[in-house]
Amino acid sequence: MDKTILSGNEAFARGAFEAGVKVASAYPGTPSTEILENIAHHYPSIDSSWAPNEKVSLEVAIGASFGGARALCTMKHVGVNVAADPLFTLSYTGVRGGLVLIVADDPELHSSQNEQDSRHYARFAKVPMFEPSDSEEARAFTRLAFEASEQFDTPVMVRSTTRISHSKSIVYPQAPVEGLPAPSLARDPAKLVMLPGNARKRHYFVEERLAKMAEWSCAQAFNRIEKGKGDVGVITAGVAYQYAKEVLPEAHVLKIGLVHPLPKQLIRDFAARCKTLYVIEELDPFIEEQVRAMGIAVHGKDQLPICGELTPGRVAAGLLKKEIPQGHTPSETLPQRPPNMCPGCPHRGVFYQLNRLKAYVTGDIGCYTLGFMPPLSAMDTCVCMGASIGNATGISKVLPPEDQKKVVAVIGDSTFLHTGINGLIDMVYNGSTATVIILDNSTTGMTGRQDHPGTGYSLKGDPSYQVDLEALCRSVGVKHVYTIDPYGLEETRELIKREMERPETSVIITRRACMLHKRDLIQRKPPLFVDADKCTACKACLKLGCPAIKWNPSAGTKGQAEIDKLICVGCEVCMQVCKFGAFGVCDEN
Amino acid sequence: MKTKVQNILLVGVGGQGILLASEVLSEVLMLSGHDVKKAEVHGMAQRGGSVVSHVRYGEKVYSPIIPEGEADILFGFELLESYRYLPLLKKEGQVVASDLQIVPPGVALGKESYPEDIPAKIKAAFPRSRIVNAMALAQQAGNMRTVNTVLLGALSNLMDIPEGAWNQAMHNRVPAKFLEENLKAFALGRQA
Repeated sequence: MDKTILSGNEAFARGAFEAGVKVASAYPGTPSTEILENIAHHYPSIDSSWAPNEKVSLEVAIGASFGGARALCTMKHVGVNVAADPLFTLSYTGVRGGLVLIVADDPELHSSQNEQDSRHYARFAKVPMFEPSDSEEARAFTRLAFEASEQFDTPVMVRSTTRISHSKSIVYPQAPVEGLPAPSLARDPAKLVMLPGNARKRHYFVEERLAKMAEWSCAQAFNRIEKGKGDVGVITAGVAYQYAKEVLPEAHVLKIGLVHPLPKQLIRDFAARCKTLYVIEELDPFIEEQVRAMGIAVHGKDQLPICGELTPGRVAAGLLKKEIPQGHTPSETLPQRPPNMCPGCPHRGVFYQLNRLKAYVTGDIGCYTLGFMPPLSAMDTCVCMGASIGNATGISKVLPPEDQKKVVAVIGDSTFLHTGINGLIDMVYNGSTATVIILDNSTTGMTGRQDHPGTGYSLKGDPSYQVDLEALCRSVGVKHVYTIDPYGLEETRELIKREMERPETSVIITRRACMLHKRDLIQRKPPLFVDADKCTACKACLKLGCPAIKWNPSAGTKGQAEIDKLICVGCEVCMQVCKFGAFGVCDEN
Repeated sequence: MKTKVQNILLVGVGGQGILLASEVLSEVLMLSGHDVKKAEVHGMAQRGGSVVSHVRYGEKVYSPIIPEGEADILFGFELLESYRYLPLLKKEGQVVASDLQIVPPGVALGKESYPEDIPAKIKAAFPRSRIVNAMALAQQAGNMRTVNTVLLGALSNLMDIPEGAWNQAMHNRVPAKFLEENLKAFALGRQA
């Protein structure tokens, strides 16, 4: 087959296809999202689907594996926290059909709430983990991981990072495997029912499996030594390998493909040949500490950062004490350009009103986390997927009654179905008086507009049952459920204000499709303009932070607001904010 | 002797089509026989945010991101963003950039100001740089949306890549009904 250029995520999808995967499940999470999207788009023979959260997605994959099919589950690093419960027991049951969990870490927090190193999960759960260093290895290691999974009766993790998932490099696709056994029912409760009597026996199996794999790994081609010159050696894995080759082109390199369990004998042999040994790895000193525990002296995090991603410059600065070179540096302070809610974003008006109402807002994970940014500045906490509702309950418990009224939880529709619903059940059950706003834009906005059980469509775009959010909230005991169009600014404010006063749990669903929605839910409306004669330069409209509204300091006597007609979508929220009627609708032509 | 790896840094504002332009560029490079790597960050609501894409090519490329201070070409789709990323350009590097200005939120709110005379400042620091009125040329090609193709045309002058590879990549990537105007836009950019 011809060579092609693929992103890491496209290559993971290709690898899964080549390995004969039958079922793939995930919840979208940057930088892992495109793996499932590519499977759905390019490999229709695989049953691929979005799950409401990572725990469910892993459980779906486990079921498929128990049925004898190869199964894939993908997630971002924080998703493993959600999926950890089934993962640790899956390590004991092992598999029938091969099962691979691809987890994408996000060093540098390009779009995550923390930096966590998933290699610890592999070690903690006693599950082997591969780590590719480019797209071709992403393809090959995924395929290999399925073979290892069946050979050693274990789930296998594959670690990606942002610079693997979202980088492109040349890939050499292979023909898919043939002759895999057909799925079938095969009962084996002693292996698959993990009550204490069975699990105790399986724990011995898990320990023996890791020892066997460590030995096996020493002679496998995915671990390789690249001979260099001199007596400096580097032990490395993943994208850090590329930085090592860039910065220390002369060094001997032990490139590790299986980062757990480590090929200890191979490491010993390699270390014996080098006078100075570096471990170059991203995030934690995972390899370094284990190598040091073997009694081998190494340098690593004493010279390289633990926080943030590595770059060739950071590796050179750490190990070679080379200054990071700079071309020309602008002399003035440049304006920042943070991401912003889109023109016409249905969340904008809600946050505008929450700010005016001085609400204490417990936030959640999604585009609407940008409600934190000025000028909206209406978010006070943000912890993890689904946490906003539980956080609101907790803080309400400890605040004096007059402050309790200020507490409002905001959560997106996808996030609500991910784990928010559990928080709402608790909120009602335990009598919290906080207000919950479900910002329903009918998609999973932040990761790129994926479907979920509330949109009425599956990953493959097929129509599906659409969860009725109002009925769901009522069924867990919420007596006060209201739905409103957030483009109606005053109505939204009045409703939020009224429900904040109510000494009971209430849910407000603000329903308006995302401006970038994939399906044609958006009514195209003509853009607005600012009537220069009516604008009094009060700047009230600027408090919306809409990218389409600009301040022109040199217009009029005091400056004036202007609208960029190319990006205005005519949502008319600014029109409602202006007390002077200065906003008008442009003629369609 | 091994050919040295060449580095192109694409910068601009989320929503401008930078990632698609870097896709086309990478395809051109692969078609002309190079090893090529491309890296970028996406996923967050990047619309309106600052966007950077790294493209590297040569006989053998290791790191997918350009080592700091080693970009040969800074390929800019917006003026302020082109200016912002100058520190990543090597001393003898050059800029090919659109003269388009997109105002960031702080400027829209009247709290910060958009730097003045950026083209002159860029040319003072990197004399071989080119600032292109890409929007006007795209209009001339018949469609404002070909603006990135105009810019690719301007970039192609600085790269030792056969014109056939550019044509092939455009045939592969551009929908048939827009192909003609994109080829025209590319030619206009190449002459600019």
